[in-house]
Amino acid sequence: MLISGARIVVETLIEQGCDTIFGYPGGQVINIFDELYLASDRLTHILTAHEQGAAHAADGYARTTGKVGVVLATSGPGATNLVTGIATAFLDSVPMVAITGNVPCDLIGRDSFQEVDIVGVTMPITKHNFIVKDINELADTLRMAFKIAKSGRPGPVLVDIPKDVQTAKCEFEPKTQPVIPYPIVYAAENKLNKAAEMIDTCERPYIYFGGGIITGKASEALIALAEKIDAPMGCSLMGLSAVPSDHPKFLGMQGMHGHYASSIAEDEADLVIALGARFSDRATGNKKRFAQNFKIIHIDIDGAELHKNIPADLAVKGDILDAIERLTAMVEQRNNPEWQARITELREEEKRRTEASLSHTADKSCESCSVPCAKPGVPASQKLTPYDIIDIVSARAPEDTVVATDVGQHQMWTAQRYPLKKPRTFLTSGGLGTMGFGMGAAIGAAVASGKQTVLFTGDGSFGMNLNELATAVTNDIPLVVVIMNNGVLGMVRQWQSLFFDKHYSNTTLSRKTDFVKLAEAFGAQGIRCTTAEELKAACAKAFSGSGTFVIDCAVDCNELVLPMLPPGGSIDNIITDVK
Amino acid sequence: MEDNKYIIAVLVANISGVLSRVSGMFTRRGFNIDSLTVGETESSGFSRITISFHGDRDIKERILQQLQKLHDVREVEVLNANETVIRELLLIKVRNKSESRQDIMTAVEIFRSKIVDYSPTALVCELTGESTKIDAFIELLKPCGIMEMCRTGLVAIERGENCLKTVK
Repeated sequence: MLISGARIVVETLIEQGCDTIFGYPGGQVINIFDELYLASDRLTHILTAHEQGAAHAADGYARTTGKVGVVLATSGPGATNLVTGIATAFLDSVPMVAITGNVPCDLIGRDSFQEVDIVGVTMPITKHNFIVKDINELADTLRMAFKIAKSGRPGPVLVDIPKDVQTAKCEFEPKTQPVIPYPIVYAAENKLNKAAEMIDTCERPYIYFGGGIITGKASEALIALAEKIDAPMGCSLMGLSAVPSDHPKFLGMQGMHGHYASSIAEDEADLVIALGARFSDRATGNKKRFAQNFKIIHIDIDGAELHKNIPADLAVKGDILDAIERLTAMVEQRNNPEWQARITELREEEKRRTEASLSHTADKSCESCSVPCAKPGVPASQKLTPYDIIDIVSARAPEDTVVATDVGQHQMWTAQRYPLKKPRTFLTSGGLGTMGFGMGAAIGAAVASGKQTVLFTGDGSFGMNLNELATAVTNDIPLVVVIMNNGVLGMVRQWQSLFFDKHYSNTTLSRKTDFVKLAEAFGAQGIRCTTAEELKAACAKAFSGSGTFVIDCAVDCNELVLPMLPPGGSIDNIITDVK
Repeated sequence: MEDNKYIIAVLVANISGVLSRVSGMFTRRGFNIDSLTVGETESSGFSRITISFHGDRDIKERILQQLQKLHDVREVEVLNANETVIRELLLIKVRNKSESRQDIMTAVEIFRSKIVDYSPTALVCELTGESTKIDAFIELLKPCGIMEMCRTGLVAIERGENCLKTVK
């Protein structure tokens, strides 16, 4: 069948199992959009307000489903607007294929209109990228992009297609099946034997896991291991949702804003078993102080992660599900009563410290504050705390609701508090920390799941990509946006509070934006809440309704995310209370 | 911290952009390159990049792991300096003055260099050898007035039967 390059793009996407893609048209992709028009019954295209939103939506779609997310943009500014979205996916190992148009081959390199070397620009933030200059290579290059994106440790791949390649014609035969990933690498038997020996002879095992557990579908295997060796578990931000938040062995996220019990338990362990995690600086704190007291077994699919951030005593490269299952079969069933008693103590200590800290923030008065915010006249006793907001929303959202966040204080509060039940229900920008990620990601998740999705955001993050409200409303996407509105860029302000003598440089927003009116202007429903009762009523309305809701919750700008390991600090410097 | 010198041979697909990917990885990850050479191989589908760098064993391991992750990289090998022929090529232009001509000629003869261009005011010498030999030759020519020079960086190939495989 002799067809155009543009049609090959669409047919190959369908062949690879795509049902939905996200994007934005432009001069150098008109031909592909023409083919999308003709194939609209087989492939849905969601038009976003901005290419960045499309990239985050493809990312959110991929995080929710595990499938490869696809984003399509034009050359030049269209392509560069994807960059933050691609980098976000790269840092969090999300499978994505980004397709960009480019100027015709004979105009490349001449600074033509809307020409940018997007392959050069995205080289450091993609697993691999391609520019296709020969139509005969187009279909196989796209297939290879999918193969690379989903093999091993997933990641984004960009394919740049000059306009003349889209208009040229060649023979095309669709494949009957999507490409299969590269063969799985299995952990070496002798290394797993050694790991089992280390586990059997240790006294205080602790499991630190990351997003690899979700990608590797290893949640159940992980729990079986933890139960067999009676080990407490903590995780990185990316690991959240891999195991149910209320699992008795799970202590929560560790690290900079992690749970007290998990961070301290790790430090007191004599063996840390790191599974599908990469010892990010946010998870470890100061590297020199980290791991002074314990040995490390590190298992990961990506050999380049082993010894990269923290040297391991035993490093094992291999598929995480297979490695955990085989390891679990090798280790002895055991109980660690003394260690568990200590863990119980730590949990109680955490509870005590959290309550103490919360009681202080509730006392804080807003009367002398000059920051304009949305909560004048609310008595301290009725003020909504961040945890109240999360508790009220989570109690009313259906159990398997996908929860997305933006980046900042609200993200950490949600990570600490939201009760997650199933893998792939928590979408957050962990590695890159992209403010503005949430709107796109939540839209992608809602499109993927067909269900109401909750986005927790802050007034700062929301301000970055709130234009995507238009996308949500236009496409009738079921979305509940909960803004923790404290009138400030809270996370940076928190650092300024604690480490910069309260020099609130450029973190006080002083904006006059009315988010309720703004929501209505976009065609969404807006509700303002300053008390728990109002929020409960808003949730009742949103979760029984359809369409897009924006719930603007007033939060005290003095609220801090605690605990906190100060930047560059270690577990010894953990701050759990600020008076 | 230990500081070793390493030479690695990297077999890559002969595709445009591959040198950027390899050298860009070094920049991005903060690894320093002492020298890098790239050229054709016996197979038209592959190029061979020889990279020398220094650092400790951890850095070497990280470099190898990161290189192996690049899609266009087919084979990476650390060459054992004791079992490897290592060569560098130098072209150096020095002033052709009567008072220093004999010194240049002596150096050329002893180092088995060749004079490949001769003009009334300048001459160009060619020298191959290991880096230390080339350093010494340059040192010797300094007083004679070096006008310009260029070095290729290392190329290296293992002695005996060992080869980098061209088919994976």
